[in-house]
Amino acid sequence: MSNTAQTQPATVVKPRSSKRVSTFPLHLMLIPGVIVTLIYAYGPMFGLVMAFQKYVPTKGFLGSKWVGFKNFEYIFHMPDFYQVLWNTLIIAVLKIIFGLLVPLILALLLQEVAKNWIVRTIQTSVFLPYFLSWTILAGVIFEIFSLNGPVNSLIASMGSDPIMFMGDKNWFRGILIGSDVWKGMGYNMILYLAAIIGINPNLYEAAEIDGAGRWKQVIHITLPGIAPIIVLLATLSLGSVLNAGFEQILLLYNPLVYESADVIDTLVYRMGLIDQQFSPAAAFGLFKSVVSVVLVSISYYMAYRFTNYRIF
Amino acid sequence: MHIKPSPSRVVFNIINGILLTIVTLLGVIPFIHLLAVSLSSNSAAVAGQVSLWPVEFTWDAYIYLSQKVEFFRSLWVSVQRVFIGTILSMLLVILTAYPLSRETTVFKQRTAYVWFFVITMFFGGGLIPTYMVIRSTGLLDTIWALVIPGALNVWNMVMLLNFFRNTPKDLDEAALMDGAGHLSLLFRIYLPISLPAIATILLFTIIGHWNAWFDGILYMNSPDNYPLQTYLSTLISTSNRESISVDELASMASYGEKTLRTAQIFMGALPIMAVYPFLQQYFVKGITVGSVKG
Repeated sequence: MSNTAQTQPATVVKPRSSKRVSTFPLHLMLIPGVIVTLIYAYGPMFGLVMAFQKYVPTKGFLGSKWVGFKNFEYIFHMPDFYQVLWNTLIIAVLKIIFGLLVPLILALLLQEVAKNWIVRTIQTSVFLPYFLSWTILAGVIFEIFSLNGPVNSLIASMGSDPIMFMGDKNWFRGILIGSDVWKGMGYNMILYLAAIIGINPNLYEAAEIDGAGRWKQVIHITLPGIAPIIVLLATLSLGSVLNAGFEQILLLYNPLVYESADVIDTLVYRMGLIDQQFSPAAAFGLFKSVVSVVLVSISYYMAYRFTNYRIF
Repeated sequence: MHIKPSPSRVVFNIINGILLTIVTLLGVIPFIHLLAVSLSSNSAAVAGQVSLWPVEFTWDAYIYLSQKVEFFRSLWVSVQRVFIGTILSMLLVILTAYPLSRETTVFKQRTAYVWFFVITMFFGGGLIPTYMVIRSTGLLDTIWALVIPGALNVWNMVMLLNFFRNTPKDLDEAALMDGAGHLSLLFRIYLPISLPAIATILLFTIIGHWNAWFDGILYMNSPDNYPLQTYLSTLISTSNRESISVDELASMASYGEKTLRTAQIFMGALPIMAVYPFLQQYFVKGITVGSVKG
């Protein structure tokens, strides 16, 4: 706010006109961003009218027939609607839980390592999959879990029958969750480690003088110290309980595992772009977006209340 | 923190060391395995004899790969995409972040603009309407479909905006009074000061473009226009098939060109694996600066 105090004398020295001229370039700079956003972010939002139409591409958004909520009735009565909704929720929630817990445990374990270069090596290796695309990772996963891949060789060497991981609906969800944690754990681990470094070292020294062992220190100093970031990450992830991981599932799944792995996004994709049921697919997408935006708003509000987090 | 290692501490250190070693290996071993398979003979690879070292070592897969037109064509699309897309993105992000970093006292409409952009972070039209818009603007089957629609990454823009706002304001007061315009203020003062933030955003943008594959499937009708990751996804994924039987799935494992496929996947990962260790610090900085603000 000291700014206003400084601008005041400036306005006295130079008349207002110079200031008014000076905001024009600011608007000008925003033009490209505004145009791209208008067309490719707001355009599709207006395109959502197709969820209330019987959309025919040749007739466009304006010429297609309006059908009210028919498309929504249709999707809510689809035989696999509840299965898909459940799959989405369970996969997303398990990913969130393990995606928060595993890196937390790793960060705590890593904190006990004294040598800096070891910490850095581990961090580098754990963080690597985060930067590779799901395409690459899916290729690796198919290879490792294939019928005569390394995992099955290991199982065979212990005398058991090979398991068809990628085609078994009971195993498949585990693969999805496990590989998602594998890809993402480096990211959250770094956030946790950064928070741990921020803890006042005097607290540990004081605790040691009081006779607290390492375990007690973790419970009473480290965990409370990084509680804000844990709460923040947990709260923000509320907004993604309908995002089960579209790209990953699309690459890895197959009809054998639809029952346990087909989620909203993959169903919308197949309905809309493979079966050409544009309007019901858009309606399904809209349903998901509306629920998501409500959840995201709640989560950001809570994050702001709990930890004073703001994005801008 | 000097403590004499008690017996329980020693036990803990050993278990901790084993656990962390396993976790560390999990990040690297799958890719070593991939490399080993690609350097083995196809029969050994198909029979599942390869673990971490090539069996019946051969360069065959890479020799085939060097003649594979599809691979290099899609690689070229990816290179173009990374170049055009990154330049476009950085330009838009910088040009948008600067005006929005001005104080409301200087730029009254700032708040309205910020909301205009931020809303798109929380609500979108979804897959199908976005596809329709991209189709009706004539971008299908052109490289522009891959670089224009996502050119302004709002998250990156907000990150840079926050960075700009935290730089000392005395400099631009002085510069503005000297008659410097906003453009020269941005390019002469703000950009040089913000190089660390810019570098991080640049790296994430490059990686994002290199890794993106689904937009290629969606917006490119002709496989000739697929970027590398999209091309690779067609080698891997079964989801484009109408139906698949158990036998078919089993036979995929013994699919003939296994080592060639593996070699291509490995080459797709190689650029990132090669540069990532050296740039890691920027990513770490970007993550801790970008997501944890007080």
